[in-house]
Amino acid sequence: MQTIPTVDTDKFNLAQTLEDWPQAGEGFAVPYSLFTEQEAYTAEQERIFRGETWSFVGLEQEIPEVGDFKSTFIGETPVIVMRDEEGGVNVVVNRCAHRGAKVCRSLRGNVPNLECVYHSWAYNLKGDLIGVPFRRGLKGNGGMPKDFDMKQHSLQSLRVEIFNGLVFASFSSSVADLETYLGPMASAAIRRIFNRPIKILGDERQRIFGNWKLYSENTRDPYHASLLHMFHTTFGLYRSTQTGVSKMDDNRCHAMLTAKAGSSSAEADAEAYANQRAFNSEFTLQDPSLLKGKLEFEDEVTLVILALFPNLVVQQIANTLAVRQIVTYGPKEFELVWTSFGYVDDDTEMQGVRIKQNNLIGPAGLISMEDGEAVELVQDGIQSDQNNVSYIGMGGGRSEDADHLVTEGTIIGFWEFYRNIMSGERKV
Amino acid sequence: MPMSNPPVTIDPALQTEVSRFLASYAECIDTDRLEDWPEYFTDDCLYMLQSRENYDRGLPISAIRCDSKGMLVDRIVSLRNANIFAEHFYRHVLSIPLIHSVDDDNIVVHTNYVVFQTLLDGASRTYNVGRYLDTLTRVDGELKFKEKIAVFDTNQIATLLVTPI
Repeated sequence: MQTIPTVDTDKFNLAQTLEDWPQAGEGFAVPYSLFTEQEAYTAEQERIFRGETWSFVGLEQEIPEVGDFKSTFIGETPVIVMRDEEGGVNVVVNRCAHRGAKVCRSLRGNVPNLECVYHSWAYNLKGDLIGVPFRRGLKGNGGMPKDFDMKQHSLQSLRVEIFNGLVFASFSSSVADLETYLGPMASAAIRRIFNRPIKILGDERQRIFGNWKLYSENTRDPYHASLLHMFHTTFGLYRSTQTGVSKMDDNRCHAMLTAKAGSSSAEADAEAYANQRAFNSEFTLQDPSLLKGKLEFEDEVTLVILALFPNLVVQQIANTLAVRQIVTYGPKEFELVWTSFGYVDDDTEMQGVRIKQNNLIGPAGLISMEDGEAVELVQDGIQSDQNNVSYIGMGGGRSEDADHLVTEGTIIGFWEFYRNIMSGERKV
Repeated sequence: MPMSNPPVTIDPALQTEVSRFLASYAECIDTDRLEDWPEYFTDDCLYMLQSRENYDRGLPISAIRCDSKGMLVDRIVSLRNANIFAEHFYRHVLSIPLIHSVDDDNIVVHTNYVVFQTLLDGASRTYNVGRYLDTLTRVDGELKFKEKIAVFDTNQIATLLVTPI
C-alpha cells in the first residue's frame, strides 16, 4: 500500500503562532488557526481555564442551603459547587479519586454527602474522602493497602472566592486574589448590579458550534450591535441619542460596554416606547408592553455588557439582568448558560417586567439570538486557509478605550491579554 | 390541572377535532405560513416555550413568553424583517393528543412533539423535543389556544431559536 507523505511545512505550531503574531498594517490581525486547532484548544484548557485565572462557576443564590450543589464546568473540566455545614462554598473537580468516575451526575440538588455510584466512595461537602467500602476487607479478604491514607484521596479542591454573590474558582495557587484579578472596573460594575440580594428567575442553555473566543470577541464588540441586531431599528426603536463607552481594565483582561438609552427619566422612557408608533418606521409593535420598563439605576445606564476573562459575561439590557457562562466543548463548540435574575425586593410588577423583557435575550432573544449565528458564520468561513488572519481595525486598530461604540479596541485588548497568558507572560 | 387519570370516555368527534387542530397548527409552522400562526391563539393568550429545567423548578424564565396575540405577531414580524438566522425547515411530529379534561369553557390536552430541523446543507437534526400542555377554548365556535406551554427536554438550543415550536 502506498503511503501518503505527511507535509509538515504548514503544520500548526502554537508557540510560533504566539511568538510571531501576524501584523495587519494599521490594524490588528488574529490567526484563524487559533479558532480551529485542537492544539490551541488543549493549551487553553491548561493555561487559561486551569491556569492563572478565576473562572465563574455560579451564583451563591443557586446553592443557598447546606448540602445544595450544582454541577458545572470550568472550560471542559467538570466541577461541583456545593455548600457545606459551615455555610462555606466549595468547588471540587467532579471526578472520583478512585477510578476517575464522575461523582455527581445531576445538574443540581441537595445531598448530605457525595457518593460515587461505581464503588460507593463517599465524600463530605468539602470534598474530603469519608468512606471506602470494604476498606479493611470482607471476612479477611481484600481491603485497601495497610498504609492507605484517606486524606490522600479527596476530590481535587479548587481555590474559591465569592464576590457580591458571584462564585469564582481557580486551579491556580499563584493567581492574585479575586478582587485584584477583577480589578477596579469590573469590581465596580459587579457591585453596581449585585447591589442587593438577587432572586434567580431561570436558566437558558444555548449550544453554539464555534470557538469560544469568537464569543469573547462578540461580547467585546460594540461595532456590531446596531448592524447585526436589527430588532430595534426595524421597529423604529433605535434612538440616535444613545451614548456609550467601551473600556478595559489596566491589564486588558476584562472589558465593559455601557450605553444609555438617552432619555432622562423613566417617564420619558416609557413614553418614548409607548408612542413608538409615531416613529418613522415601516413596522410597529402590536404589543409595545414588551419594552415598557423602568429606569432602575441612578447612573441611567441601560446597557452593560461586562465580559470577564475567561468565561463570564454579566449583562444588564434594559431591565434584564443575567450572567452568561461559557462552557467549552472542543475548539468548535461551546455552551452558553444564561442565568437570569431579579432582586428579592422586586414587586410583582417589576418581576413581570423582567420576565417579559427576557424575550429580548437568550437563545431566542429578539435582540440577542444573532450572536450565535455570527459566531458560526465566522467559524464556517475560516475552516480553510489556516495561515490567513482576520482584520480588526475599527476605532484605530489599537487596544484603547473609547467614549463611543464605533470601535473594536476592546477586542484587540482581549487578544493582547490572550497572547500574554498563552505565552506564560501574564502581567498581573 | 388534572395530571393523571384522563377521562376514559371522550367524544370521538371532539378527539378528532382537537387532533386536527393540532395537526393544522403544526402544518402552519412547517409550511412557513407563519403570519397565520397567531390566528391559532386567543387575543389574550399565553404562549410559552420553556425548558423542562425551569418548568420543573417552577421558575418563570422561558425562551419565548408571549402573553398576547400581539406579541405573537411581533415575533413573526421580527423574524421576517429583523432577525438574522440560517434558512431552515421544521418538521413537527406529534403524538396522539391526550385530552385530560373538558368543561364548558376549556379543553386541557397534552401532546408530545418532536421538531426536526433541516438546514440548507441537507442534514436533519432533532432540534427540539418536548410536550405541549395546552388549554383550548372556543371563539365563535372555533378552537383556539388560550394557553400553550411547550416544555422542551432538548436543553441545548442549537445556535438560536427563531421559528416558533
